[in-house]
Amino acid sequence: MKLFEYRGKELFQKFDIAVPNGKLVKDENDFSNLNLPFVLKAQVPIGGRGKAGGIKSAENIDDAKTYFSKIMGMDIKGFTVKKVYAEEKVNIKKELYLSITLDRTKRMPLIMISEEGGMDIESVADEKIFKEWINPLIGIQPFNIRNITSKLRLEKDEVKEIATVISKIYKMFRNYDCELVEINPLIISSNGKAIALDSKVIINDDAMFRHNDVIPEHVDLTALEKDAKEKGIAFIQLEGNIGVIANGAGLTMATLDALTYFEGKGGVFLDLGGTDDPEKVKQAFELMKKAKPKVIFLNLFGGITKCDTVAKGVKAVITKEGIDCPVITRIKGMNEDAAKEILKDAGLITATTLQDAAERSSDMAGGV
Amino acid sequence: MSIFVNEKNKVGVQGATGHQGVFHIGEMKSFGTKVVAGVTPGKQGEEVHSVPIFNSVKKAVNETGADTSLVLVPARFAKDAVFEALDAEIKTVVVITENIPFHDAMDFVHYAKYKNAVLIGPNSPGIASPGKTKIGILPGGIFLEGEVGVASRSGTLTYEIVNSLKEKNIGQSTCVGLGGDPIIGTNFIEALNAFEKDNETKAVVLVGEIGGTAEEDAAEYIKENISKPVFAFIAGRTAPPGKRMGHAGAIIARGKGTAESKIKAFEKADVKLAKFPTDIADLVEEHV
Repeated sequence: MKLFEYRGKELFQKFDIAVPNGKLVKDENDFSNLNLPFVLKAQVPIGGRGKAGGIKSAENIDDAKTYFSKIMGMDIKGFTVKKVYAEEKVNIKKELYLSITLDRTKRMPLIMISEEGGMDIESVADEKIFKEWINPLIGIQPFNIRNITSKLRLEKDEVKEIATVISKIYKMFRNYDCELVEINPLIISSNGKAIALDSKVIINDDAMFRHNDVIPEHVDLTALEKDAKEKGIAFIQLEGNIGVIANGAGLTMATLDALTYFEGKGGVFLDLGGTDDPEKVKQAFELMKKAKPKVIFLNLFGGITKCDTVAKGVKAVITKEGIDCPVITRIKGMNEDAAKEILKDAGLITATTLQDAAERSSDMAGGV
Repeated sequence: MSIFVNEKNKVGVQGATGHQGVFHIGEMKSFGTKVVAGVTPGKQGEEVHSVPIFNSVKKAVNETGADTSLVLVPARFAKDAVFEALDAEIKTVVVITENIPFHDAMDFVHYAKYKNAVLIGPNSPGIASPGKTKIGILPGGIFLEGEVGVASRSGTLTYEIVNSLKEKNIGQSTCVGLGGDPIIGTNFIEALNAFEKDNETKAVVLVGEIGGTAEEDAAEYIKENISKPVFAFIAGRTAPPGKRMGHAGAIIARGKGTAESKIKAFEKADVKLAKFPTDIADLVEEHV
């Protein structure tokens, strides 16, 4: 779960990491307790908001009012700005980049630090990024921190400041089950303090059960995706117009991929998982209908899951609730013949192979 | 031979008395797996398909000689279960549970290394060696004894591919589900290394997907270390960046983990790639 910048900064404060004085601004008169000059920042779960005009620096209240009304409601890469955060400007002496993420290959937390702060880290040359891996069973040790801070051209007191922040974000990364904690830039202020000017924090969805103090906002999901998440269904809205329902994440992805060979484009990824529970099948179809695809493509492989049980669930929901687009099915595996009969009976199209079904779905959806 | 497991593995099931546990103990037994114990705290003395249940892994090991554990417990208890198994000197742990916090997985994967144990998963469908054993929830009916090794990051997609191999009368030596999570105990390289050493394996099928760089790493490894023909399918060519495609590990993050990059890497390593999952069987038939 991605956190908004200001939520990430709330967590920083819990771990005693300094951030500028700031607040969420409700309307254009809500600038109390802020000292000028301050920066207005669009709260969106995506990078590049500065370039999109989502960050403005205000020298006086009139500017602040103008910028506030410009930023609030603006569209940044598909996200409408609903929250604007204002924070006081600080005098910057040095800008750094600091993050902790997960190295999947080494299966370890990876700390990255660079003196090229404030830039997109992907555009920073590799030799300018210093890395340190932490054995999770041992935890962060002073030598880990020395290994990276020794490479920075900082004064002694500045090293101390940065070292403290590193151990604090490691603690936060572990305690809050983070996938990513990124501070870019982490600055040294003109009076020598380390301050986090931005925050990018992602918390592992699977660990949310043990973080009741984190509000599950899911800021980067669509309304339907949020609905699906609450129901425990893997559901993702995509750009195309073919709704794909399959069982298993890999199979669902492979089904979406198959469409492209016939110029079709997936509009929904819906993974039924290992379930044949009629209630889950019903919920899945209801969600799919709300996404309004032009064609639904149901692709099932029955290993443990019995195809005919799923088919019965599909038939029940379609006869009861109706369906306003063609449904093409491709069924393989346990009890496939019985399943095909049931689906035919429900008025659905049964294809023989994945290719056949993908081609027919694509044709019916009328290409891209 | 086979990789990681064989007919000698004595399997204990953690989470034996739940719905999944009861069903899959039955399925494994009819596949021929030596299921010797179940572990559910508080249920000692009960039986599931005539398999005795114990309160702890240690007790199960002492009483039955179990050397392998299949973990089916719910996600929030999985870390405890895996640590308990490793602490009881279990040397092969297969973790089926999905949605385990990855920080927990990181901890037990490192503990498994420290204990010199093989850990498969989490979020794995398990491992099967036809004619020998099946440890997991893979459907028994899709397999055929033979000489193709399969290693995969997904479940149902693998069943589909293995089933299509069987339909062409191509058998498998071992089929290992590595798991769909970002942190897994055994990866493609470790599976490839084991398949290379296994006399009964003549060719290897890899089923990859978007997210991470496991396929790219495997491709580099294949160039230098693998003499057997390798075939692959990659799922997620059309997945948009930043979206988690069902599996916790299937996400293109910060430009890394695209299908394109994986396909390119495999092509450079002379791995033959299938367009559709079921085409793998044709490719294998053609080349082996």
